[in-house]
Amino acid sequence: MLPLFLLVPFVSLLILNMLRGRAARRIAFTLVSVVALGQIVAVLWPPARDLPATEPLSAFLALGLHSDSLSQVLLLSIGIVVMAAVAVGRATLSYDKHRVNFVSVLLLSLAAMNGTVLLSDMFSLYVFVEVTSVCSFTLVAFDRTRDSLEGAFKYLIVSVVATVLMLVSVGLLLLVAGGTSFDAVANALRNGGASPLARTAVAAFVCGLFVKGGVVPFHGWLPGAYSTAPPSASVLLAGIMTKVSGVYGLIRLTVSVFPPNAELNWVLLLAGAVSIAVGAFGALRQTDMKWLLSYSSISQVGYIVLGLGCGTPLGVAAAILHLFNHAIFKSLLFINAAAVEQRTGTTNMRLLGGLGSRMPTTSLTSTIAVLSTAGIPPFSGFWSKLVIVIALWQSQHYAYAAFAAMLSVVTLTYLLTMQRRVFFGKTAAHLLETREARLGLVLPEVALALVTTAVGVLFPWIVGTFLFPLGGIR
Amino acid sequence: MEFNVALFMFLVIAAVGTAMAGRLLHAVISLAVVSAVVSVVLFHLHAPMAAVFELSVGAGLIPAVFLSAIGATQRLTPETMQDRRREILQLYWSLPVIVALAALAMTQVRLVGLPTPPAAAPPGDVRTVIWNLRHMDLMGQILALLAAAVTVVVLIKELEHEH
Amino acid sequence: MSIELASGPALLGIGAALILITGFYIIVGTRNMIRAVIGLVLLTKACTVLLAVAGSMRGQLALAQGLIITLIIMEVAILVVAMGIILHLYKRNQSLDTRLLRNLKG
Repeated sequence: MLPLFLLVPFVSLLILNMLRGRAARRIAFTLVSVVALGQIVAVLWPPARDLPATEPLSAFLALGLHSDSLSQVLLLSIGIVVMAAVAVGRATLSYDKHRVNFVSVLLLSLAAMNGTVLLSDMFSLYVFVEVTSVCSFTLVAFDRTRDSLEGAFKYLIVSVVATVLMLVSVGLLLLVAGGTSFDAVANALRNGGASPLARTAVAAFVCGLFVKGGVVPFHGWLPGAYSTAPPSASVLLAGIMTKVSGVYGLIRLTVSVFPPNAELNWVLLLAGAVSIAVGAFGALRQTDMKWLLSYSSISQVGYIVLGLGCGTPLGVAAAILHLFNHAIFKSLLFINAAAVEQRTGTTNMRLLGGLGSRMPTTSLTSTIAVLSTAGIPPFSGFWSKLVIVIALWQSQHYAYAAFAAMLSVVTLTYLLTMQRRVFFGKTAAHLLETREARLGLVLPEVALALVTTAVGVLFPWIVGTFLFPLGGIR
Repeated sequence: MEFNVALFMFLVIAAVGTAMAGRLLHAVISLAVVSAVVSVVLFHLHAPMAAVFELSVGAGLIPAVFLSAIGATQRLTPETMQDRRREILQLYWSLPVIVALAALAMTQVRLVGLPTPPAAAPPGDVRTVIWNLRHMDLMGQILALLAAAVTVVVLIKELEHEH
Repeated sequence: MSIELASGPALLGIGAALILITGFYIIVGTRNMIRAVIGLVLLTKACTVLLAVAGSMRGQLALAQGLIITLIIMEVAILVVAMGIILHLYKRNQSLDTRLLRNLKG
């Protein structure tokens, strides 16, 4: 079953590129949507899990794959965000003759991200994070605008340096552990984790993941890359790709590989807290929707890292929950930005105003996403933030808990400011003719808004089945 | 002189040479030299397949890619070359110094926890390792190459059309 | 200067570290895009040596070779993408100067 998560996108990619031009163009978007939808179904529908891997190719891959509840949550998030990105791509792709290439990159990204969350080896983690990064460079530079090329280049340089850090770490771990699989490394670290070589290795890998994930102080590349990328790429990047490349690795390693380590937790707490602050205050200063949302992403990833730094199962569960919620509401926010850009030609908030009456659905879903991100009940973001604060409090990090709660106010401030400047108030004169976004964008907006509302409202009921098993993955 | 020490010196000198090269062309050639030395290192460490790979890719494919890129972008006149050399020397004079100091410092440190290498055990066959153990890596490589191929189509083919 | 090390391979490990330093130096110090990528490639060479040294010191040469080969292929992919981006930037800016990449602020 598990190899299918890699093989289906891969085979679809091959089929798509073997077809002739016109046929390929016609089925491209549908193909990737079906694959993503299939992924969502496969994760949520229990009987699907028992489908055996039959063909030799599946058995070939099955050796390296391993799934637990963390992987399942990620697979679900990946499926959802890829569907959203496809929808946005369908509606906004500028060079239509590149449609097949665009879908090809999406399928590759899907395979790469799935692989990342299913593997169990340090070097393979490097390989798949790298493939994900390569796909993200291509996506950022896809429209070949001057700014996006610049953003892609800076991102590339920083990203490869991070890769080198991870590689150095793997090399040192090979020296220390004699192997690179999660089990081998975990064993070695448990017995000899205090040696300077081991500590350098861990530090190097964590720094590499910080860079890939946009955690302060390595967040510099993020706003530029997110904002200059084409709209569908922004959705994919902000929604899931950066998280899979960065924080997923952190969660996986702290849970399955690194032994409980007070020093590491301290670093995570500090980095998380600083990220929240830098992201939030950075967002306050922005005048462009996409730049604001990028800084917001830095801030929200900070919350995830903060939850992780608690060192308790509840903290880990909270971090994973927030990861999922963020995938939903951040994708939604970027879809809204894409809708605004499509109809008005800009995301500069100084040139926008009062779009609420002209684009009611976009405005409403944006409001929902804003409230969820800021942690207002009954939306999903409220619960994940609450659990993070509770986890911090329970593990006696009172200062951090208070800090996280207080910064929620700043989050609410900058998001409401964005909402007010873009949607509320009197419609600006030059925007009186604006129409609501096309159905292709409205549908995913509504769908994601429903998900974030549903998860929030139903949370007390699903907390038993969803949250506690997550925490118990150790 | 012991072979390891000789390799070490070649390695470091070639690397620093890459940094200090005045012209991009020289930097690329220097990079190829580094590749060749790395290849010898790999061979010396009983990693022949990796050595061959490194040589063919690092001293062949990679310089070829660089050279075609440089060929497409080079428009420098001899005068600019002279300024460049002075600039590079200004920027990078500290590098050999730093490297020498770092080398001195590192060789004095006694690293604890370093395992002693076992007696010359014959290494397992690389082919078996890759085919039987590292399936995910294989998949990853294939995906990476495909991603690069798509990028070439998206970025570079357009470049030719737009001319 | 005396070289007090357990064995030869460790010396090569130090060589790898020095190449790392050189690579970072190039990336930080240059304002030419292609030179920066040369620095990146140099960094990966260092990792190759490090992996080989680690493998040789642990008797895991088969594994190390597999890792190295994979690493080399991955870096070729990255190089190709980087060159693509650089060539396009050159077309726009008519220069390889990184000081011209100042458009993104905020």
